[in-house]
Amino acid sequence: MKTTMANTHNPVSQAQQPGQGMFAAVKAKIFHPATRQKLLAFASLLVLMVFFSFASSNFLEIDNLVSILQSTAVNGVLAIACTFVIITAGIDLSVGTLMTFCAVMAGVFLTYMGLPIYIGIAAAIFFGALCGWVSGVLVAKLKIPPFIATLGMMMLLKGLSLVISGTKPIYFNDTPGFSAISQDSLIGSLIPVLPIPNAVLILFLVAIGAGIILNKTIFGRYTFALGSNEEALRLSGVNVDFWKVAIYTFSGAICGIAGLLIASRLNSAQPALGQGYELDAIAAVVIGGTSLSGGTGTILGTIIGAFIMSVLINGLRMMSVAQEWQTVVTGVIIILAVYMDILRRRRQ
Amino acid sequence: MSLENITKRFPGVLALDNCRFDLQRGEVHALMGENGAGKSTLMKVLAGVYPKDSGEIRIAGQLVEIPTPRAAQALGIGIIHQELNLMNHLTAAQNIFIGREPRGRFGMFLDEDALNRKTREIFERMRLDLDPATLVSELTVAKQQMVEIAKALSFDSRVLIMDEPTAALNNAEIEDLFRIIRQLQSHGVGIVYISHKMDELRQISNRVTVMRDGQYIATVPTATTSMETIIGMMVGRQIDNSGPDVPDTSGNEIVLEVKGLQRGAFIKDVSFTLRKGEILGFAGLMGAGRTEVARAVFGADRVDAGEILVHGAKVTIKSPRDAVAHGIGYLSEDRKHFGLATGLDVKTNVAMSSMNQFLTQGLFLDQAAIRDTAQGYVRQLSIKTPSVDKPVRLLSGGNQQKIVIAKWLLRDCDILFFDEPTRGIDIGAKSEIYKLLNSLAEQGKAIVMISSELPEVLRMSHRILVMCEGRITGELAAAEASQEKIMQLATLREEKRDDQRAAQAA
Repeated sequence: MKTTMANTHNPVSQAQQPGQGMFAAVKAKIFHPATRQKLLAFASLLVLMVFFSFASSNFLEIDNLVSILQSTAVNGVLAIACTFVIITAGIDLSVGTLMTFCAVMAGVFLTYMGLPIYIGIAAAIFFGALCGWVSGVLVAKLKIPPFIATLGMMMLLKGLSLVISGTKPIYFNDTPGFSAISQDSLIGSLIPVLPIPNAVLILFLVAIGAGIILNKTIFGRYTFALGSNEEALRLSGVNVDFWKVAIYTFSGAICGIAGLLIASRLNSAQPALGQGYELDAIAAVVIGGTSLSGGTGTILGTIIGAFIMSVLINGLRMMSVAQEWQTVVTGVIIILAVYMDILRRRRQ
Repeated sequence: MSLENITKRFPGVLALDNCRFDLQRGEVHALMGENGAGKSTLMKVLAGVYPKDSGEIRIAGQLVEIPTPRAAQALGIGIIHQELNLMNHLTAAQNIFIGREPRGRFGMFLDEDALNRKTREIFERMRLDLDPATLVSELTVAKQQMVEIAKALSFDSRVLIMDEPTAALNNAEIEDLFRIIRQLQSHGVGIVYISHKMDELRQISNRVTVMRDGQYIATVPTATTSMETIIGMMVGRQIDNSGPDVPDTSGNEIVLEVKGLQRGAFIKDVSFTLRKGEILGFAGLMGAGRTEVARAVFGADRVDAGEILVHGAKVTIKSPRDAVAHGIGYLSEDRKHFGLATGLDVKTNVAMSSMNQFLTQGLFLDQAAIRDTAQGYVRQLSIKTPSVDKPVRLLSGGNQQKIVIAKWLLRDCDILFFDEPTRGIDIGAKSEIYKLLNSLAEQGKAIVMISSELPEVLRMSHRILVMCEGRITGELAAAEASQEKIMQLATLREEKRDDQRAAQAA
């Protein structure tokens, strides 16, 4: 078995090997399994879009494409949060209700207490991080399996959202500029032909930031190490508990951003919303090539996965497929994606 | 550095009983003992992996506490574990410097170039030809072990513990390792060397400490003590290491034939035959592929290609269920994980593979019959247990192994794969297992015995097959076999063969 591979594409670090030919490097990158998976996902996305553009005449209209981008924003941000946790071989079922909880807390600070807009933004992110921290402590210190711990948090946060809001939506009409977070278009004001909503801009900024953190920082390195072999990491002297909690906290903070996005899009915090979003997020992560057994994954893959999900849903709606059937299709896609992940792992 | 009166208990077993050990600057101190003697446990206490229950540890005369691996690192204690502790999804360089990564800007970003550069320096010191950016999952077991060694070396420890560091290495690599050890010695580093291989210890160690059954026995200078004395101390009594004469089974009928077995990088075109009443030894280094072959024939893993014939007829084996139906049984390497349900009792484990024999009215279990059967085997195999209702995890390694054997005997398999049958078993129970294997062979069962202990392979096998990196590199009859010949075949790698061919052609 060859042990020196000239340009083994390292999915963790994108750094090029100095002194190696560009062509060989590109070739190795293309044929590495992780990249192959991403290319496959991207190809599926293109195929879907082509299919739907034939199936429905309205699909490629600007308004519809903008709508797809908008609906991807929230799911995409949630999926980015999930990516980190899933790479550690954990799972976070609470991301959906946490998002709603953060939106509610923003409502409390902005509408109930009348504070300035940036306090509301900070509050959403703070409470996201706080709840993420709690999940992290449950998993790392109390050793509760992530599935159970975050399932409990999911229910807890759903209840809290309803309690705090009095089971009524909280409106942001009194906070000017709040809806602008998602709905206005900063890009559109600069380049009139591209009315891309701010929500999408925020999605891409979060994606780029998360990508850098995942691939170029200690935080990201330990995320992969935890998922690859937690015991080896512990034996290497790294404080595994601390980093696990940190990762869940970070994921929670990102859910806070998602909360702002959805509250801003609806111009209200809807406390009954949220449950069910986590499954779409996890589906996006898995479709994008991240394995549920941990150790490997990319932000780019997750984004592609999120787009596949929303293109699919949107396309089916354009074809006037009933909502119930959309859910069926989503379920089938999730099962297929996880099954392909298992096949891929078995081949290794 | 010294350890005094170290005691450590695990549930159900006293692993270390007032053990003692000391190490001087620049010395290589070997630690020897049978499987289960407590050598690895004692060193893990020193390395902060396990906390001690009682006792004292001193370094340079100062009393210290070592509650975590990081504390051990801070005190300058490094360890190369017996089992590989690597993160497969990361590269070699990333594994070596995990926790100590060179940082870039803001102290948060990683300096990947510096990481690879520093790793390359270590590899050059070790004369290891390896790209630091290779994923660990793509390395052979031997290269993985070298990465572990590189990791320990990168710590600049005062005390370095090596637990079976050469399990997967060939002679050239072992020589390189010894060169590094001598270099470290000259820098005043104290080295603890745990190994089964007597000749290695002769070459490299200054003193030898022997442990037995969790207790400290003695410390002797290597140069002036004979092997027999050391073995005697390890074993506690005179052991007749020669078994009964190996019978000639070459004329017996062939019960199992494997042709062209292929599975990815693990099994490369493996073919062999097995006769009735024969004990076929499978020898090789760690990572050679022997367990993979056994699991493949047993249906535990899928194969890419290959034919299996049982009693001359071609069979399709897609799962252990198929294998058992054809009379093939497999006693796994790791009996706690794959051989026993440790939470359940003796009688249930014995009946595990044969539950359908104990059904009344097709649905209910006949507990009385299960109990009688289990008790029969306890008598027959001399399994030491107060009753058949005791949970198996409370039994010793040797008795646990006998329960696994009973399970397969009950299933009436006539082809049995034993994977490291005496691992973790003390010397007394070992000879009982050997007797058992021989009597099974006399009864006509066909046995494949996978073992990493060369004396065991030489003593028990009628024929020996040697594997290296997924291929069968040679076959030896009992009469012509020796440790040297087996080692030579076990380290016959693909590259070496090509080199030899190139040398011959040149």
